[in-house]
Amino acid sequence: MAPAVDARTIVVITETSRIDHVRALLERVVDPDLPFLSIADIAILRDVHLSDEGAVTVTITPTYSGCPAMETIREDIRTVLGEGGFDDVSIETIFSPAWTTEWMSDDAKRKLSENRIAPPDSVIAIVPEVLCPLCSSDGVRTVSEFGSTACKSIMACTQCGEPFDYFKAI
Amino acid sequence: MNTVTTNNDLATYIVRHADDNVVIGQRLATYISRAPELEEDLAVGNLSLDHIGVADHLFTYAAKVDGGERTGDDLVMLRSEREYTNLLLVEQRHDGFGDLIARQFLFDAYQLPLWEALSASTDETIAGVSQRAAKEARYHLRHSSMWIVRLGDGTEESHRRIQASIDRMWRFTGEMFEADDLDREMASSGVGVDPSTLKDLWETTVDAVLEEATLTRPEDSFQTSGGRCGMHTEYLGQMLSEMQWLQRSMPGQSW
Repeated sequence: MAPAVDARTIVVITETSRIDHVRALLERVVDPDLPFLSIADIAILRDVHLSDEGAVTVTITPTYSGCPAMETIREDIRTVLGEGGFDDVSIETIFSPAWTTEWMSDDAKRKLSENRIAPPDSVIAIVPEVLCPLCSSDGVRTVSEFGSTACKSIMACTQCGEPFDYFKAI
Repeated sequence: MNTVTTNNDLATYIVRHADDNVVIGQRLATYISRAPELEEDLAVGNLSLDHIGVADHLFTYAAKVDGGERTGDDLVMLRSEREYTNLLLVEQRHDGFGDLIARQFLFDAYQLPLWEALSASTDETIAGVSQRAAKEARYHLRHSSMWIVRLGDGTEESHRRIQASIDRMWRFTGEMFEADDLDREMASSGVGVDPSTLKDLWETTVDAVLEEATLTRPEDSFQTSGGRCGMHTEYLGQMLSEMQWLQRSMPGQSW
């Protein structure tokens, strides 16, 4: 899908506006398993650097060790920045500090709820406090510790009966 | 005999931990669709993905540290059985779900303190990968412990079978805590950990879970080792011949 305005034609005046432009482009990179969350929302995106020569360095931290979405995310970063006129892109992966759901913003958690995925508990507990994303009841049970992706488990509401995904606090 | 195919000690050290993870990851992957319930198929797939993911990060780093032409994929796909340095426990064949859970539990109880210790490594990449892996290992251990208790404290039949699986895997557990010169060298430089220091934590976990599961801890009799030197049980070669078939037959193939 081509952007409405070719970003290459945008006159870049200051450093600040250029880096903002890069950040705005990166907002379009989403988690392929949670397409309503950008990589900034989910805190995979850790840092963005723009050199005087226009080289972009994007620093990311993987969620789970084996998360297959990371490869797609790397490709998408190159694609959106390329479309925005930034061809010199390097992507650095840093492991430390390890990614944690504590980095997710309230806004990101709200988006999860809106999409019927219970957001991660703000504290990392053995038995998390989870509300049903459909009826907000706290009468929930774990159906499976592991779900459709590494980051989620499967739960069900004992009140309304609805099964739902829980984004694990880790 | 120790077939060292890496160029330096650090690469050798990273590869042994990567080997543990790729082997157990592959073992778990072969069980997908055979678990007793759908939720366990999901679990086995997720566990496999976590282990292979850790292995991927470690092999990529090992290839970089090694400094040669080889990539992380080459290290996985083009080394022979004798060049693999994984622990014997992870390569053991599973005849059913009980074996898979017993193997996983005994290994999870070792990996959690291992990753926690390596999280403080002076090597930034090892520390980072370990911090990530520790969080996953905690979840893995919770899952496998739950099953040990459920099967051990379940029916007479499930109790008998999980006890037999624990007994079968037990002789491969001693090796996890054997330190060799490389372990000691890496521990003293702050990069690695001496595995013998993990044994107390492992025993505390294992004893508590076995007790809750009404299972009997096997006698510490004969223990087999040799994995770190490339001396394996018959099962690793069989697994590798299947896992490496494509790269051996059509070298350089990629997705």
